[in-house]
Amino acid sequence: MADTARKDNWMKPAAMAIPKEGYFKDKEERGRYGPIFPRTPACHGFTIIAKVKPGREQAVRDYGKSIEAAVEGDPHCLEVLKLHYLRWVLFDINGDTYFMYQGIFDTDFDKYTEDAVALFSKTGITTVFVNLEGFPEDWRTNVPAFIKFVREHQRQSFLEYGEYPYVSADEIKKALRVKAALSDMLDQMQ
Amino acid sequence: MLEFDDIQHILLTRAPALTGRYEFLSFREPVAGREWVAAIREKVQSAHAARASVETDKRWVSVAFTWNGLRALGVDEAALATFPEEFKQGMATRADILGDTGANHPDKWVGGLAGPDLHAIVILFSRDAAERERSRSEHDKLIGRLKGVEVLSSLDLEATPSFDYAHDHFGYRDRLSQPVIEGSGDVPTRGSGAPLKAGEFILGYPDEDGPPANLPQPEILSRNGSYMAYRRLQEHVGAFRDFLRQHGKTPEEQELIAAKLMGRWRSGAPLVLAPNKDDPALGADMQRNNDFNYKEMDPHGYAVPLGSHCRRMNPRDTAANMNRRRMIRRGATYGPPLPDGIPDDGAERGIAAFVICASLIRQFEFAQNVWANDKNFHELGNERDPIIGSQDGTLEYTIPRRPIRRKITGLPAFTTVRGGAYFFLPGLRALGYLATLGDGRQSRAS
Repeated sequence: MADTARKDNWMKPAAMAIPKEGYFKDKEERGRYGPIFPRTPACHGFTIIAKVKPGREQAVRDYGKSIEAAVEGDPHCLEVLKLHYLRWVLFDINGDTYFMYQGIFDTDFDKYTEDAVALFSKTGITTVFVNLEGFPEDWRTNVPAFIKFVREHQRQSFLEYGEYPYVSADEIKKALRVKAALSDMLDQMQ
Repeated sequence: MLEFDDIQHILLTRAPALTGRYEFLSFREPVAGREWVAAIREKVQSAHAARASVETDKRWVSVAFTWNGLRALGVDEAALATFPEEFKQGMATRADILGDTGANHPDKWVGGLAGPDLHAIVILFSRDAAERERSRSEHDKLIGRLKGVEVLSSLDLEATPSFDYAHDHFGYRDRLSQPVIEGSGDVPTRGSGAPLKAGEFILGYPDEDGPPANLPQPEILSRNGSYMAYRRLQEHVGAFRDFLRQHGKTPEEQELIAAKLMGRWRSGAPLVLAPNKDDPALGADMQRNNDFNYKEMDPHGYAVPLGSHCRRMNPRDTAANMNRRRMIRRGATYGPPLPDGIPDDGAERGIAAFVICASLIRQFEFAQNVWANDKNFHELGNERDPIIGSQDGTLEYTIPRRPIRRKITGLPAFTTVRGGAYFFLPGLRALGYLATLGDGRQSRAS
């Protein structure tokens, strides 16, 4: 029951400073698997940082290729996740490799993860998470364990900003479709 | 192969009951609780037994337990720990997740359902009021014999007239869209999709994702069991009819408003197939009344508003992983019907229903949390389910229309949650196991 409804003006850029817990204690809302992180001017999202298992860096990089191929094969294969953007980064700390999975999306945290597990299980493709330390072996059949891992490795933003705040990907696409239709209409009227 | 002789009948069959009674129990003594289980078990029909004699049977009995109830019967801590977290916590503890706030809050629930003393429910469905009375008095005698089993509360169920089809107090035809379980022998009606793997509803069988996993232990306790979310939902019939009159000038317009809230005419005819005028013959025709989709037939909600009850509870082809979100519904109406044209008399009336599923968090709680109560479902912005959503008078309801949509503001609450609980519905062998706990045989989590 993420309170994702916002009537804010998308023309007015907005910033939100977020407490350390990742949510506002006075407005805490509980989701099915834990507190609901607030929708910010930069929408819902997460930043998961976890240590890559030794020797698996290439496997993580290769997984980037397989996502690219999957989206090329079926451009809508990730549609259910209601994503705006994904950013995947590898970096080193003291000789260990870490993986950062940053996603900006329009559904709440738990639903994103649930949908992702279903997507990865159904398509037979695995998840990049299997290369991360501490990831549950039985992830395909144990959604709560998958979600627990994601929640435990989530690093909360303390600031999020939107130049066009609180706008969903669907709304953006709708606006672009209207723009395209309008320009087509104007062309026809020449 | 489904073990029909072990699965409680309520999972697979709908008894032709016109009345019934729910009794909510507390076990003060484990021994008395187990004696009760042993006695009532003799009356609980399996799916096999109920199917064999459904024409002649007059009474149907089902029993289920809360997590606290399993503990009160003597299930050991190791086994209790293997149950899923949401079941352990119970419905009242998870009220905020379900939208049970304000007037729906567990503090306001009746019948002792919100407290830890609720241990079990016995469902006594009956063909008529005389048979219900027989069940009630026999159960009374049983409880009287056992010192240490207490009835916390009870609720009598009555089908609302007219009796030629099931409907709620608002007048909506019910029982139109039910999932069919693979191997059950039931045939889905047109448009209802293929049968679903049994594990979506019955523990111990493969589900839509694969082999069963993470089942409560020991296996004898969980196999052929299921979870039941109970909801006692008061229907504010006077407020509902006032709303229809306020927003529709003629009886026809009022019927259309009622249909737009639900997604079906009160006759059951789906708006997708009958967008402008009711078609009672269509509503009554089980081969036609479920044969539609949204994505192709009504993508913008011109027939069925995007936020309507039907569209939220079963988004069909417009939601991901639908096969993992389906639920079996059972239950009945309670309270006196409110005749047409009579102002609300203040009597409580409503639906007392069960949602049966293999995972409360994935199926029931998802439907409540995301489908019923997400204000931004389908990008609507400030709406919740108009029938069962958490409404406080501040939300809206959008009815798409050409050229301009109609938006109703300040939607009132038509229903209030008066009670609820999470139960585990064991198989018959598991009932035997529970009845004999402590007889030298200990439950063990393996």
